[in-house]
Amino acid sequence: MSGQDRQLPGLMEGFIAIVRRDLLLAWKRPGDVLNPLFFFAMVASLFPLAAAPSPEQLMLNGPGVVWVAALLATLLSLNSLFLSDFEDGSLDQIILSPQPLPLLGLGKAAAHWLLSGLPLVLVSPLIAVSYRMPADIVGVMMLTLALGTVSLSLLGAIGAALTVGLNRGNALLSLLIMPLAMPVLIFGARTVSLAATGDPYAAGIYFLAAYCMLALTLAPFATAAALKISNE
Amino acid sequence: MWSFLHKLASPPHFYGISARMIPWFYAAGLLAVAYGSVAGLFYAPADEEMNDGFRIIYVHVPAAFISMSAYMVMAIGAGIGLIWRMKLAHAVAAGAAPLGAWFTFLALITGSIWGRPMWGTWWEWGDPRLTSELLLLFLYFGYMALRAAIDDTAKADKASAVLAWSVPSISRSSTFRSSGGPRCTRDRPCSSQEGRRCIRTCCTRCWQ
Repeated sequence: MSGQDRQLPGLMEGFIAIVRRDLLLAWKRPGDVLNPLFFFAMVASLFPLAAAPSPEQLMLNGPGVVWVAALLATLLSLNSLFLSDFEDGSLDQIILSPQPLPLLGLGKAAAHWLLSGLPLVLVSPLIAVSYRMPADIVGVMMLTLALGTVSLSLLGAIGAALTVGLNRGNALLSLLIMPLAMPVLIFGARTVSLAATGDPYAAGIYFLAAYCMLALTLAPFATAAALKISNE
Repeated sequence: MWSFLHKLASPPHFYGISARMIPWFYAAGLLAVAYGSVAGLFYAPADEEMNDGFRIIYVHVPAAFISMSAYMVMAIGAGIGLIWRMKLAHAVAAGAAPLGAWFTFLALITGSIWGRPMWGTWWEWGDPRLTSELLLLFLYFGYMALRAAIDDTAKADKASAVLAWSVPSISRSSTFRSSGGPRCTRDRPCSSQEGRRCIRTCCTRCWQ
């Protein structure tokens, strides 16, 4: 074989290449990135309109509503994680490539977080202000959202990989991911409300960080296994 | 001995043997249920605090017990199937899922019926045991929905096994919710105290 004459790209290069490719694809079609963001803002603004709460209730419910909206927006954007690659056949090339598949799955999840999680984190202060959250807990909320959305992107990649070839993947993905995402939701929202009432909240941050690390180390392997199964 | 066990693991032999054994299992199960119902409803003495209200324990606790152990059976079966490629192990996993879902549902319903007179509420969102049972129910639903969505059985086996194993032990993770300051009142006592009393009642009843 031509192993000697042709130098394979290194692990880092493969990772960067797949992240750059996904970012470029999103740049060409900005709607895919913006729609979940609009959805996030819309869901968050529906609650006060539907429930007509008093300012105190608004502040109390704010963390929960922001977190539910973030979870739903992430689920919405997860459907398309592997879909276009599956349809145009580049998923086969990704699986066949000499780079380890877990690494490439991690790259896909990283690109997904940069395109969906990070914008959510950056937009969330606007929602927080409209919910009259005190300024000093906005930072806590952004930190929990940042840690939580990383976990959601990684866990969601498993679900997206399992459902990629299926017709009914849309609702199924939410059903698969929801139980996995529930601890993130509970801890994320709870940490922010604890911070809002002035209670110690560090334990929640630690848990979210630990969950994030666990997802970071284990989820890429599950994603790779799922991609191979659903693409055989 | 070993060859008999190996034969048992191959689907044609297994289906033959299991078809002959199912009526006997039905009979044994019916007998056990009949004995349990009569003994639990009539022979067991009434609880000093809850009177006859505690008797639902004989349905509720076994249901909750099986709801969790069925997931173990499912995960172990799926793992064996994934590693050693045994079709029968995948069949065990697939069979454990509806069983687990039913018993989770039963545990939730009986717990709710029990909670109404004892806690004064059908459902308590702050209680981690209730929340984790509900999550377990969703897990079973997701597992079964994934199996149902994939037409190719071999592929469904492997995909659902990956799903069963990518779910870490999340059952205790919502415990954190109860740390949000005092929630217990005299009208609605701490559910953990209630839980301890429930377990104490359960243990003393079962060994009497």
